[in-house]
Parts: sequence; structure tokens; C-alpha cells
Amino acid sequence: MTQSPTLTRRPTSSAPVLRKSKQRGADARAGYTFLLPWLLGFIALTVGPMISSLYLSFTNYNLFEAPKWIGLDNYTTLFQDERFLQSVGVTLSYVVFGTPLKLAAALAVAMLLNSKRKGQGFYRSAFYAPSLIGASVSIAIVWKAMFGDSGPVDQGLSFFGINLGGWVGNPSMTMPMMILLTVWQFGAPMVIFLAGLKQIPADLYEAASMDGAGPVRKFFNITWPMLSPVIFFNLLMETIHAFQIFASAYIISNGEGGPAGSTLFYTLYLYLRGFSDFRMGYASAMAWLLVIVVGIITLIFFRTSKSWVHYSGDSK
Amino acid sequence: MTTMATPTKPAAEAPAPVYNPKSESAGAKRAKSVIFHIVALALTAVVLYPALWMVASSFKPNAEIGGTNTSLWSNNFSFDNFVTAMDGIGGVSTLQFFTNSLVLAVGAVVGTILSASVSAYAFARIKFPGRSMFFGMMIATLLLPFHVVIIPQYIIFQQLGLVDTYVPLLIGKFLAADAFFVFLMVQFMRNLPAELDEAARIDGAGHVRIFGSIMLPLMKPALISTSIFSFIWSWNDFLGPLLYLNTPEKYPLPLALRLFVDQTQSSDYGAMIAMSVLALLPVLVFFLVFQRYIVEGVSTQGLKG
Repeated sequence: MTQSPTLTRRPTSSAPVLRKSKQRGADARAGYTFLLPWLLGFIALTVGPMISSLYLSFTNYNLFEAPKWIGLDNYTTLFQDERFLQSVGVTLSYVVFGTPLKLAAALAVAMLLNSKRKGQGFYRSAFYAPSLIGASVSIAIVWKAMFGDSGPVDQGLSFFGINLGGWVGNPSMTMPMMILLTVWQFGAPMVIFLAGLKQIPADLYEAASMDGAGPVRKFFNITWPMLSPVIFFNLLMETIHAFQIFASAYIISNGEGGPAGSTLFYTLYLYLRGFSDFRMGYASAMAWLLVIVVGIITLIFFRTSKSWVHYSGDSK
Repeated sequence: MTTMATPTKPAAEAPAPVYNPKSESAGAKRAKSVIFHIVALALTAVVLYPALWMVASSFKPNAEIGGTNTSLWSNNFSFDNFVTAMDGIGGVSTLQFFTNSLVLAVGAVVGTILSASVSAYAFARIKFPGRSMFFGMMIATLLLPFHVVIIPQYIIFQQLGLVDTYVPLLIGKFLAADAFFVFLMVQFMRNLPAELDEAARIDGAGHVRIFGSIMLPLMKPALISTSIFSFIWSWNDFLGPLLYLNTPEKYPLPLALRLFVDQTQSSDYGAMIAMSVLALLPVLVFFLVFQRYIVEGVSTQGLKG
């Protein structure tokens, strides 16, 4: 390069290029400097731990002795562990029933509120409030009390002649109770739905009315397709979120997942294995299975979304 | 929930044949509005009932909670439950738990604001090799169940002798580990006009100046949403303190509540609920004051509760 005959001409023609590449170098340095906090956290708190938990999942480790390599034993043991299988069942029924119900409630209420009537802001805030406190220990305590023996739910149902007793102590009623707790927090997806509904041009509905379309057809032919990106977002986030329920289950079952394992959620069992029994290798295997399952579900969502999620051309 | 869809339907269908919004009589419009408010108010009552029940119960004597008196109102309202609740548990006063929660929450806010804004500036405003790859990874961490990292993280902090300190609970906040906030700020900054930086650059300003004196002041709404949510999330966090804190003197309120539940085991229901109310009080105050920011933040950024 230095022997190039054009060397003498270079300074003039390459001055702007030089400045540009200098700028680029400065930008690269600035970029990584500004990114440093996130980068450090990403490596030290996410990537590093993920790799070491993958390693630990193939070992026996109790925090005090060195990890002992046992190959796939943890994974094969998991599928013979009845409590593990139970925790999978509990979590799946929570996700499969709770999430659609919550989103249906959110969408229905958002459609109810989507008008220019007075008081809309008040209702929106009131319905949103549970989302802010629903996952707290305080609400778990209140839920337990409300659904306990002769709590207000029991008494209310008795008034109508339904004598279920306390839901908390009844293994077949704890799941409905937990699902009600998540449905109660429909406010967060509702607010997102409401923002999406407001983006749908009103003239679409007017044109449909002129063509004689009723509310049902308007819903399936306008609202649903126009809202599908928002529905997709809510469905994905709420599903992933539902897999990770912990505090409410811990408090309601005194950290045991009872009665009869009916509130033994996946994360609760993972916690008990890892931090009560100190079977950290086993718990790591559970954690990785969760990551794989959530990853597969996310992938399926994105794959199937092509057939029902419609993005309009002008979206950002 | 099924009740609300049906009553509005007939009213909505009525004017369908000859569509003309003005043809709807004032009476029909009024009736629709009344039905809307009845349905919405009924729903509000159902949704807010647990909160009302909690507050009402906290003022009731033990015998009346879950007793025959099913109404929210009691003739024996008293502050006794709160007096008991303020005594605390395990020899630690509730005021101490409050202070601990506050220290953690303020630390979380400071850490998140500092680290997330700086990282977001890099993603949104600086061109550097690897940017889009790292951005993709940051988005991926949004979807990652964090349980996969808690065990190795615990092992690391245990080996560093940092268990039973606030370091494990706060360090992630100072390293922008809550990707949601980074993402929120990136989105916000991308919507600010690029001419701002270009003009400043021509004037010879570097990234530090552009970030500090142009971006930060303009990012106020995003910083406020971030502060509110990181405060509330830290305030309500249970798993983190449960993993890392062992001595009651260091407990934040959610752990103190669990201790309370464990030790009193329904013998003092009233005090337990009073303490639950106290623990939620700051969140409720935050909500009432910053309602607009919170609900707007959720609707524009998709933030979760």
C-alpha cells in the first residue's frame, strides 16, 4: 500500500474519508463506553450464569461440595419425579386456562371502555390498579383470607346455596382461585388493548354499518384483524409471564405448594429443590427445561402468527 | 364479566338498518350512556372489592373478620390492628422494615435510571459495530425466564460473601439488568429528532455532552415512568429478598409479611391484614399521584404491572 504510486495524491482525496473513519472509531469507542453497564450486566448476570447453570444441570451440586458430573441423570430423574410432573401439570393448567381468560376479560372490558363517554379515564385507572398490586405478598394474604373458610367468598356463595367451604384448603378449588387472581389483574393488557382499539379508524366501522354488518361481524372482520398485533403481543407476554408466577403461590401455600400439591407451581418447586433441599444441579436442570419450553412456545407463537397477525403497512 | 356485553348489544344494533349517527334520538343516547355507566360501575365494584375488603378488615376486630358480619362496615372500627402491626415481628419494628424497603426501592430507582439511560443512549444514538446484535440479545433477555440465572447468581454471591447484604438485590439495577427499561428508553429516544444530535455535533459537542445536556432533559417522561415502575417493582419484590436475606433486621416489607404470616398463623388476622395494607400504602399513594404516567406508560410502552 505504501508503495502505491498514487501516494502523493492521497492526502487531498482521502481527507474526508480519514475524518469519517476517525469519527467511526470515536463512535465505536463511545458506543461501547456507554453500553458498558449493560454489557457488564449481560455478561456477569445473564450469559455467564446461563452457561454455568447449563453445566450445573449435568451435575450433582449442593453448594458445599464440588459439583459431580452425572451426565443426563438430572433430566432423566425429572421425568420420574412425581412432584415435578405435578408441578408441570399445575403450571400448564394455570397458563392454559388463566391466560386466555385474562385476555378475554381484558379485551371485553377494553371494548366496553372504547368510547368517548365521560368517566372513561376513571374506569381505566380503577381497572388497572389490581395489575400494580396483584403479584404482591399483601394481595396474596388477602386472597388467602378471602377464599378461606367462612371468608367473604365462601359466605357469598353460601348465600346462594353453594357450600364449597374454603377454597384454600380444597385441592380442587385452589386452581380456580389462582386463576381468578390472575384474571383480576386484567387491567394491564386491557390498557394496551384500549390503546390499540383507538388506532382503528372509525370509518371502517361506519362503512361496515352502511353495508349492514352487525356487531359480531364487525368484531371478526374489523376489530380482531386490526387488533391482531396487539393481541399477539399481549398473548406472548402474558403467557411467558404466567409460567413464572411465584410470590402468590408461595404465600398462599405457606411455601409448600399444598394442599395435596395443587399449588405446586413450577417455579415454586424449582425454588424448593434448589434452596430448601440444596439440590442445585437438579434445580438447574428444571430451569433449563423451563427456558427450552418457553423458547419453543415463543417460536410457535411467532411461526403461527403469520397466519393471523396482520401488520398494516404504515406501522412503525 | 358476561353481564356487560349483553345489555349494550341491542342498543348498538338498533340504528343499524339506516345508518346515520344523527338519527339516534337523544333519549336512546342517554339510555345507552346510563347502561354503560351501570355496567362499568358494577364492574368497578367487583374489581375493587378485594381492596375494599382488605382496608375494611384492617379496621375490624379479629372476631369480625370472616365472622358473621359479612358487610364491609363494622360498628367496632378501631386502629388496634395497626397498633399491633406497627410493633413489627421478631423484635424488629415495622418502621425498620419500611426503611429497608425504601432503601432498596430508592437504590433500584437510582441504579436503573443511571444504567438504563446510558445504555439506551448507546443503542439509540451511537453507531458502532455489533450494535444490532447486542440489541437483539437485549430483546431476547426480555423473554428469558430469569429463573435460569438465579442459581448460578446465588452461588456467585455466596462465594463472594455477599449473601445477606443488599448488593445482590441492587447490583443488577446498576447494570441495566431490567431490559424492559432499556427498551423503553431506546424507543423513546428513537422518536427524538436526529437533527438535535447533528446540530450539536457540528457545534463540536461529544457524546457525553449530547447525552447529558440534550437527551436527558428531553427524556423526562421516560425517566419518570421508569422511576415509578422500578420503585414499585422493587417495593413488591419477594423472590430476591427471599433468596438473599437471612436476618430480619434487613428484611423489606414483603419478607416481613411472610414472617408475620408464619409466626402468627391466623391467630391475629386483623394485624396481618393491617400490615398488608401498610405494605401496599406507598404503592397506592404512588398510583394516585402518578396515575396518568403509569397508565399512559403501560398503554404506550406495553409495561407490565
